[in-house]
Amino acid sequence: MIPAAFEYVAPASVEEALAALAEHGDDAKIIAGGQSLLPVLRMRLNAPEWVIDLGRIASLRGVRDGGDHLAIGAMTTHHDVGQDPMVHEHALLISKAITHLADAQVRHRGTFGGALAHADPAGDLGAPALALDATFVVQGPGGTREIPAADFFVDLFETAISDDEILTEVRVPKYDGWGAAYEKFVRIAHQWPIVAVAATVRLEGDTIAEARIGLTNMGSTPVRARATEQMLAGQPATEEGVAAAAALAADGTTPPSDLNGDADYRRHLATVLTRRAVLAAAGRG
Amino acid sequence: MTRINLTVDGQRVADDVEPRMLLVQYLREKLGKTGTVVGCDTSNCGACTVHLDGRSVKSCNVLAVQADGGEVTTIEGLAGEDGQLHPVQEAFRECHGLQCGYCTPGMIMQTVDLLAENPSPSEEAIRLGLEGNLCRCTGYHNIVRAVQHAAGTTGAAEGASA
Repeated sequence: MIPAAFEYVAPASVEEALAALAEHGDDAKIIAGGQSLLPVLRMRLNAPEWVIDLGRIASLRGVRDGGDHLAIGAMTTHHDVGQDPMVHEHALLISKAITHLADAQVRHRGTFGGALAHADPAGDLGAPALALDATFVVQGPGGTREIPAADFFVDLFETAISDDEILTEVRVPKYDGWGAAYEKFVRIAHQWPIVAVAATVRLEGDTIAEARIGLTNMGSTPVRARATEQMLAGQPATEEGVAAAAALAADGTTPPSDLNGDADYRRHLATVLTRRAVLAAAGRG
Repeated sequence: MTRINLTVDGQRVADDVEPRMLLVQYLREKLGKTGTVVGCDTSNCGACTVHLDGRSVKSCNVLAVQADGGEVTTIEGLAGEDGQLHPVQEAFRECHGLQCGYCTPGMIMQTVDLLAENPSPSEEAIRLGLEGNLCRCTGYHNIVRAVQHAAGTTGAAEGASA
């Protein structure tokens, strides 16, 4: 399987990339690491006339300490984000999720920003980004703007990035000392989750002071398990305390039904995985 | 057509390629390096694994133009110039880590990457590290043993893997 023919440009700066995007508009597709786009092109589910490759823009790579947050360059590979000691220290949930993302080869090529901009509801980074209240920095002809995670994911494969904009950076507030776990349920190794749960908690002694929980593949976008988060605050970090709150994890969700399971099965999975993820994040797993 | 320059198995090459050409196609069809195989064509099976700038990638899921300026190592570049097998190749032969052999180039390239990052992996780390490589013959047991043999951890891990 070979993609349909396209023209290719690999700009050296974000400004050049924006100019190419402005010139080719609807006929263009941006390629980051290409780990999701190339299968789509090979199967000819999409056939853009132009492919704009961000791979030569060095300024989009790397993790930077921004004081109260980490700034993750959109073109930083999953492998590099996953191995970064600052990410491990300040945003452990992202490190945990990346160990479950695809496989080693894909993590070497795939990028943090590319995966989030692709906005696959079964992708492993959306739920952690949402749970951590990340901020998405996009650049367009009129300059840069910041999009809160709560507004970023619009629908299936659709984000708040405009057609003339490029995602350049994801800023993640620091969650020092928070425990974290990503519980992913798959039928086949290295595949997308049927359901996954991203949980991070702050303990005070044996009590859960705060919890943040994102759900993967429980709707057309990543979603927060708000009812569970609220009930967990102040609960003892015990099996019983966590189980009662986790039972609310699927409240208000509209999960898909497919060959891997129907919506009710996914709702059940969400409660089980939330219990496991919160207990693991609290060091009780 | 787009001009690309890269190093493949230690040799400088330059070609005009269509932007849509996949790296695996370039290796096989332009350079004749058919040691790297196409298994699934969907970026699942890992049979086409090569190293690009020192890290393992699925070469069916990389455009040749994306590799411009890079350094590629294929299964054909692992053995020494005198034909001396790479220790990982030797271990796969020693432990019978293959049956039909189709997945083997990818398994070996991914194993070399895995051991570069973690020279003494546990059995679990080996299985996780190879999760992007599918084998339809062996049930993976001898592949895992081959990796342990190459890492020199066979004795320690043998009880656990039995």
